[in-house]
This record gives sequence, C-alpha cells and structure tokens, in this order.
Amino acid sequence: MHDLASFKDQIAVIGVGNTRYGNFPDADEYGLAAQAFRNAIDDCGINKNNIDGLLVCRIPYYARMGEVLGIDPRWTLTLPPHGRMSGMGIIEAAQALATGQAKYVALMYANIGRSRRVNYGGDENPSTWDPWGFTSPGAAHAMMFRRHMELYGTTTRQLAEVSVAVRYHATLNPDAVMRNPITIEDHESARFITAPLRLLDYCLINDGAVCIILTTKDRAQDAAKRPVMISGFGCRDSFTQSAISNFDMDFWYPAIQQAGVEARAMAGVGHDDIDALMCYDNFSPTVLFSLEGLGFCEKGESGNYVEGGTLQLGGKLPVNTDGGHLSNSYMQGWALNVEAVRQLRGECGARQVKDCEVVQYVQSTPCTRSIIYTRG
Amino acid sequence: MSNEYAKPLPKITKLTKPFWDHAKAGRVAVQLCRDCGDVRFPPSPVCPRCLSDNQGWRVTQGRGTLESWVEFHRAYWNGFADDLPYRVCLVRLYEGPVFVSNLVGPSDHSKLGAPVRAVFEAVTDEITLPKFELTGE
Ligand SMILES: [Zn+2]
Repeated sequence: MHDLASFKDQIAVIGVGNTRYGNFPDADEYGLAAQAFRNAIDDCGINKNNIDGLLVCRIPYYARMGEVLGIDPRWTLTLPPHGRMSGMGIIEAAQALATGQAKYVALMYANIGRSRRVNYGGDENPSTWDPWGFTSPGAAHAMMFRRHMELYGTTTRQLAEVSVAVRYHATLNPDAVMRNPITIEDHESARFITAPLRLLDYCLINDGAVCIILTTKDRAQDAAKRPVMISGFGCRDSFTQSAISNFDMDFWYPAIQQAGVEARAMAGVGHDDIDALMCYDNFSPTVLFSLEGLGFCEKGESGNYVEGGTLQLGGKLPVNTDGGHLSNSYMQGWALNVEAVRQLRGECGARQVKDCEVVQYVQSTPCTRSIIYTRG
Repeated sequence: MSNEYAKPLPKITKLTKPFWDHAKAGRVAVQLCRDCGDVRFPPSPVCPRCLSDNQGWRVTQGRGTLESWVEFHRAYWNGFADDLPYRVCLVRLYEGPVFVSNLVGPSDHSKLGAPVRAVFEAVTDEITLPKFELTGE
C-alpha cells in the first residue's frame, strides 16, 4: 500500500495543449479535443502511440475519442461534465501512473457551451428549488457571498478586486477571450445577474479544449521540455448538504482547509513558498473563499486581504495569471492547471511570475481538490 | 388557473407528496426519521444518519431565521420574466433544516438572522408554495 506522502514528485506533467478559445459552432468536442491533443503531443515530443491511458471529461463518448486519436489504451476513465473534475482527474491519473496501470496518460477536456448556448440554469439543471425560481450556480454563489457580506462586512468593491486582477492578467495573455482592462468602478456599474453578483463576477462561457499529458518521473526525462512535478495534493468532498447545488453554508471552509493542509504537507511547502495560485474562479467569490480556506488570510478577512492589488502580478499572491475563468477561458479548471505548468516552465511572457518555483491549484467546490506543482 | 401558470411546478413523487399535501393545508413539513429523530428537507429514501427506512413527516412551526438572500435580475424561465427582479431567500427553520424560498413583503430590514415566517401561495389547484416574510420582530 502507498503512503500518500510517497506520491511526492513521482508523477510529472510533460505536455500541455489547448485550442483557441471562442465560439466554434462548426466544431464538436472530438475535433476540439483532438487539436488540443495534437498540441500537447507536440509540446512533449513523444509518439502519440505511447499514450496508454485516456481520461475524458465533458466529451460524450470515450471510445469515439480513442478512435479519433487512434489509440487503444489500457486505462480509461470518463468524468462527468461538471466544473470540478480537473483536480479529481489529474489526481486519479497520477495514481494510475504511480501504480503502473498506465505509462502515459492523456487527459482530455472539451466544452462547446458557447456555440450551443448553454445557460447553466433553468430546465438544463432541474432542482428541488425550481418552483421558487432558484437556479444556476451563479445564484448559489450570490447566496454565499451575501452571507459573507453579512457575517464579515465584505463589500462588493473588495470582491471587485478579484475580477479586476484576473482581467489585468488576461490583458497580458494574447490568447485570452476578454482583453479590455476593467476597473473597480466598471465592476460596480455592471448589470446585476443575481444580486449581489454582477456580470463581471461571472465566468465566461466559451468553446475550447485542453489536453494534459502525465507520466512517471523516470519517463519524464525523455520528454522535450523540463517536466513539472506533482508535488502534493489534497482532497475533500462535501456531500452531506447537497440539496442546494454549488452552495455551502460555511463556504467549504473545512474542506478547503483540509485539502490545503494535505497538499502542503505532501509537497513540504508553506504559504510563503507559493509563487502563484491558480484558483477555480467560476464566480469571483470562490476566490475569496479559497484564500480563507487555504489560510492565505484568516477566515472572514479575504475582503481586506485582496484590497490594493494583492492578487495581481507583482502583488503578494498572483492569482490566475492567464485570466482565469472570468476572463481567459471557461475550461473548468483544466486551463488553470495548464497555466500552472507554463508558469513553472517560464513560458508566460508578459504575464510570467518571476522566479516561479511553486504553483498551487485549488478548486473550492463540493469536490474540493488542491494540487501543488513544482519545477522538475 | 393551472392552465395559465407559466413557472416551473414541482415533480410530485411518492417521496415528496406528503410535503406538498401539508403545504396545501398551510403547513411546512420536514421529513422525520422515526428511529433516530433526524429531520431534513428535501426528503431522502433512507435516513442519512442511521440508514433506516422508517421515515415520516414532522409539521414545523413554519418559522425560522434568514440565512441569506439574493435578487434575480435574469429569468431562466419565461414565467419569471414579469417578476424581475425577484427575491429568493435561504431560511433555517427552527427545527433545523434549511429551505430555499421566496422572500415576500417588505424586505428593507433583511439581515442575517432576522426572524421569518411562512406564508402560503396557492399557485395551481394542486400546488401551494410556502414562501417567507420577515416578521419584523
Ligand atoms: Zn435515522
């Protein structure tokens, strides 16, 4: 049996790839995912026929994906199209590699929600609360943020710091969907979707695909680029209060705390070692909840913590340097893991974090996961 | 009346029917485990605490505290378009379970922990929705 600590630095990311992000009505999931796969294969320089592990997420049929890529894996896993599967998938694939079930795993994600006009609410996601008109993940986050405002005095101007910082990073990313800079005033005057949240608190909805290729430490030495190591991870689900989807009365605080403690312990790093945070930003309040849960600030103090550009490049803790879900691309965490890799390789140009050695990913959701990546 | 109602209606199942029967009679009921006393909403096929099948219902006081609220400015169903903006609240019933509903009546004094009570709106011949208002206490 494995001691979790023995996973430290055993599995590496060797290849990452993505499509362009936007509105592609003529493409389907397989076509987009195949482009991302080809880019990830080019990135790591291995023969695609060496891929013997396949993980697909938000892609309808794993076998069709394998057919399109021309591979017969010995390990395959499908994850549901929920926005919290990237952390779970990467950890599952790492364990498959560590236990010898596969030698190279390709993790594939595609989303065509923009061109197919997905609303993320209403009859798409029936729930107990539809008769009262309560629907959509954004409304659940609005419900949490109102609670945070009431409990701790957090303001929407403080919340705006998240959207402004992440948008600033998108202005430095030539591939980002939203590249015009915004101010706190722009945030405060944007239209409400579900008050207290406004348009600029909501993630984008766009098409695109991401591929990540993982292998073991030893095999990673043969890849084209210096590997990025999975140094730690932590996990905790919150299912016992699931009647209100995407909502937690305590902002998932205990779960985030546990995932953070586990990930840091496995990686052997402290808060001050973390050079950048890739934080699942489906809605801007999630970033505040994540900062508190991970212990970058005290519980209830995230509003004060983020004031004055803390989360911007050059600030105390750069967050979502690619522009995140709010401004780069809604790839449901997958693109944030790609950005972690690119930062650690030093490939990020104008948005590069100086001397970047440790990057943490976190998804604060009913399935909370955190992964700590380091330079190999 | 039911022909004109354009908002989503609950899907009544064997599990949820008692809740809607109570609501029609002007009561908010929560599921009760007859073995261990656990209460919850929405109902569950077995008790999440002790896994017993032996489940019944408890009528609550229909009172609780305001735990949060939001205001919808977008209609995800056409039936809500004329109500925009409309308010949704999160209530913790005094008996324990939390309940999502609409906050009706004056809301200027909305604050965390404010006491609320249920009011009942018959929206079709079959369905009555419990909603909540601030008691002003
Ligand atoms: Zn029980």
